[in-house]
Amino acid sequence: MIELDTTDRLILRALIEDATQSASAIGRRLGLSQPAAWRRIRRLYETGVIKGRRLDLDPEKLGFGVTVFLGVKLATKGRVSLEDFERAVTAIPEVQTVEHILGLYDYRLRVVARDIPDFERVLRRRIMTLPGVGDVEANVLLSEERRPGPIG
Amino acid sequence: MLDDSDRRLLRQYQHAPDLGPAELAERAGLAPATCARRLERLRAAGIIRGNRAVIDWRALGYEVEVSLRITLDKTHSRAFDEFLDRAREIPEVLEIQTFLGRVDLRLSVIARDMAHYQQIYRSAILTLPHIADIEALMHVARIKSNETLPV
Repeated sequence: MIELDTTDRLILRALIEDATQSASAIGRRLGLSQPAAWRRIRRLYETGVIKGRRLDLDPEKLGFGVTVFLGVKLATKGRVSLEDFERAVTAIPEVQTVEHILGLYDYRLRVVARDIPDFERVLRRRIMTLPGVGDVEANVLLSEERRPGPIG
Repeated sequence: MLDDSDRRLLRQYQHAPDLGPAELAERAGLAPATCARRLERLRAAGIIRGNRAVIDWRALGYEVEVSLRITLDKTHSRAFDEFLDRAREIPEVLEIQTFLGRVDLRLSVIARDMAHYQQIYRSAILTLPHIADIEALMHVARIKSNETLPV
């Protein structure tokens, strides 16, 4: 486990806002020399604290007006392997995330669609035809907030 | 408004957000100056909201991730606002989503271990206002998490 000091946390917050900032820009912002900022940024990547980058796009402006979270229960556990379901579900372009969970459902899927009829098409043609799929519960996303997490 | 080149650019950029400008232009089949101009336009239009670092919370010692599905007591007219204001104060809450469906809200919560989770759950989550029902789902694994849009 990696310990972060206050400066590391501030750098991390800056990179969550904009990961393309240069070490000198971040250094200027936090009163660090360019080499000192660069060393700290490199450590965050090398230790795996930063596992990658994500391009944050506005789905609505790209015509994706609907995001739905689906709770999926598998009907035939054991007979159809989890791997078959996982392989098929990850191949669906409208499925943005797939999480294996314990509790009421086996999987949670985040699905984007242009509108409700488009969502219905994805649900009927792609999701309900997946191998082993059983009960499905849908919750339509109204708002979403991502918090910085315990690095404040 | 978006043409095929924009879409190709967004597809490439979504799949490899760590590419430098020259390499991105090459993969999108654009001249570097054209590529830079198009990216600037997509940013100005608010289509690209940012290029963000993604934290691996496990590397920082957070081993447990729980989804809390919450139903609120909607007889209070300010139930949502009051709940959200207080939920934002809990540092271990990573995501707050509101829904139309069987549940009203979902909080994504991380903790160092089960004992730490238990402590957050009792001292922070259960003291949030207007909770009518709460259900916990434990994360086992992320199978797909790139969150790309099929542009």
